[in-house]
Amino acid sequence: MLRIKNLQAGYGRLTVLRKVTMHISFGEIVSIIGANGAGKTTLLKAICGLVRTRDGEILFDRRDIRALSTESIVKLGCSLVPEGRQVFAPMTVRENLVLGWYVQYRGRHGDEVKRELDRMFELFPRLKERQKQLAGTLSGGEQQMLAIARALMSKPKLIMMDEPSMGLAPLVVKDIFAIIVRLRDEGNTVLLIEQNAKAALSVADRGYVLETGRIILEGRAEDLLANRDVQRAYLGRDLDAEVKI
Amino acid sequence: MYWEPEYETMGKDEREQLQLERLQSTLRRVYLNVPFYRKKFDEVGIDPDDFTSLSDLRKLPFTTKNDLRDNYPYGLFAVPLREVVRIHASSGTTGMSTVVGYTRNDIKTWSNLVARILTAGGITKDDVVQIAFGYGLFTGGHGLHYGAERIGASVIPISSGNTRRQVKIMQDFKTTALICTPSYALLIADTIQELGININSLSLKYGLFGAEPWSEGMRQEIQERLKIMATDNYGLSEVMGPGVAGECLERNGLHISEDHFIVEVVDPNTLEAVAPGGVGELVITTLTKEAFPVIRFRTRDLTRLMQEPCPCGRTLMRMSRVMGRTDDMLIIRGVNVFPSQIEAILCDIEGTEPHYQIVVERKGALDAATVLVEVSEAIFFDEMKKQNELIDLIRKRLAAELGISVDVKLVEKKTLERFEGKARRVIDNRML
Repeated sequence: MLRIKNLQAGYGRLTVLRKVTMHISFGEIVSIIGANGAGKTTLLKAICGLVRTRDGEILFDRRDIRALSTESIVKLGCSLVPEGRQVFAPMTVRENLVLGWYVQYRGRHGDEVKRELDRMFELFPRLKERQKQLAGTLSGGEQQMLAIARALMSKPKLIMMDEPSMGLAPLVVKDIFAIIVRLRDEGNTVLLIEQNAKAALSVADRGYVLETGRIILEGRAEDLLANRDVQRAYLGRDLDAEVKI
Repeated sequence: MYWEPEYETMGKDEREQLQLERLQSTLRRVYLNVPFYRKKFDEVGIDPDDFTSLSDLRKLPFTTKNDLRDNYPYGLFAVPLREVVRIHASSGTTGMSTVVGYTRNDIKTWSNLVARILTAGGITKDDVVQIAFGYGLFTGGHGLHYGAERIGASVIPISSGNTRRQVKIMQDFKTTALICTPSYALLIADTIQELGININSLSLKYGLFGAEPWSEGMRQEIQERLKIMATDNYGLSEVMGPGVAGECLERNGLHISEDHFIVEVVDPNTLEAVAPGGVGELVITTLTKEAFPVIRFRTRDLTRLMQEPCPCGRTLMRMSRVMGRTDDMLIIRGVNVFPSQIEAILCDIEGTEPHYQIVVERKGALDAATVLVEVSEAIFFDEMKKQNELIDLIRKRLAAELGISVDVKLVEKKTLERFEGKARRVIDNRML
């Protein structure tokens, strides 16, 4: 579905991504884990066309999307759930969702919006209860659900999520990850970027470890969880200390 | 039947993407963690970040068995020893032994890849698998053991040796699959015959043989005498152990697990890639090994690659059976001779047994080779004339195939040494 080869990107004279090669197949959850500043968010922004890439290729459904605008990339079926949710606080839940539908809107009948909204309300009953409420008054977890639902409104083939667990209570994180698994089970494809490596790998099918802009490890999520380098660097386990105790 | 259909039947395009991803991350890891590779890459001025396509692999230096010996025991490990859960070593019959290590993930990957070749060779969880490979530092026993357990088969870890006991257990435990070297399979067949056991009373169905080169003729003989489907498999401890490649039931070439290994075939003298389909030395780069990755390891095994699709549906490229080793290659009067060529001819001639030995000596300034061949009793006790006819026939066939004349001597059945592990076919007395 998405195939990236030797992608290079950065800001100004700073190179952030150094020849990143990765792929996502249909129906998979793929996690990219890495420390702060490894280039995870830059990678997502490069896919969406929010950061200019310098070299390499990004094929989405076998089509090179490197030169396309963000709107056309979203229209092709590639949606982003941004870091920190970024919901439109002064608008209602329902209005936020309708905005997510925007790229599909042109030339279509309003009935379809209704059908999509119903689908979202079925998936997130909490949003149905609060559809008239202003988005800014929602709790963090609810805002995250809204951000995911808003991305789903454009009927994406690939959903990319940037740190969906950030700033949320552990119980809420659990809910959010359950939703991600459910999305996959319903046939969606998810690219998940997380600092919470353990949670991300426990729901993912495969994963990549990004370190200073380079992919240094690829593998099944369960194998990455068992890799001692990953445990030390990203799961916060100091194995040597554990041995001493 | 596939073990991991998503990888075994993957499209070429998709697989190449996966290979590139894994190659890039492997190169970055060895550069970071193994001083030997960092030094080697720096010497030729290669930065792992410069890798953009699979064909860039050709720019990298080769790794040889000597490099492994120079870094004995742990110098090439890419992880600290505390992350290693298993250590194997090569036998060291050809010099100092080499040591390889495995992380927990490596053992898991290895089991899976062996499960692939076992499945390809017909084994399922319903089988009773007798593993007559040596257990110990040699990778054969444990490698196949873990793979067979992974499938869920009932595994008999009998190890090699004590052939009569092997046969008794085969009878009593109702073994359905035999795993050992091809020469040991023949020794087992001999023993079954000696003991007067009717082969039809055994439950054997499949045999997976490897760890030494063998011929198509030998396969036919094993299949007929043990009444099984015999498949070939390939691996070497420096790269992982068994499970690098294995035959499917089509029995026409060994499918290489290309998602875990990149293979090349090079001319052993010039080290340039041979033409597609040409015979040469197999060179392997590992893509998923954590503890002991190798980059462009020269296996010294001779083979050729087969790109044509296989009727079994696997898209994994095949390699032909190993035709010999670059270091088994005998140079007799300037001509390259492989023991496997001689074996193929002997298997083809009626009245001979696939047990043979090649003795090379120097007479004056000239090399002289003698092939000792075991023949069936009927011929051995027969009149001189028939014996001479047979010698003549073998000599002519050998001369035609090898391009040099060699002496042929017939010997009585069972006079040549039998081997429980790898067979030693060549005795070189030239003291070169």
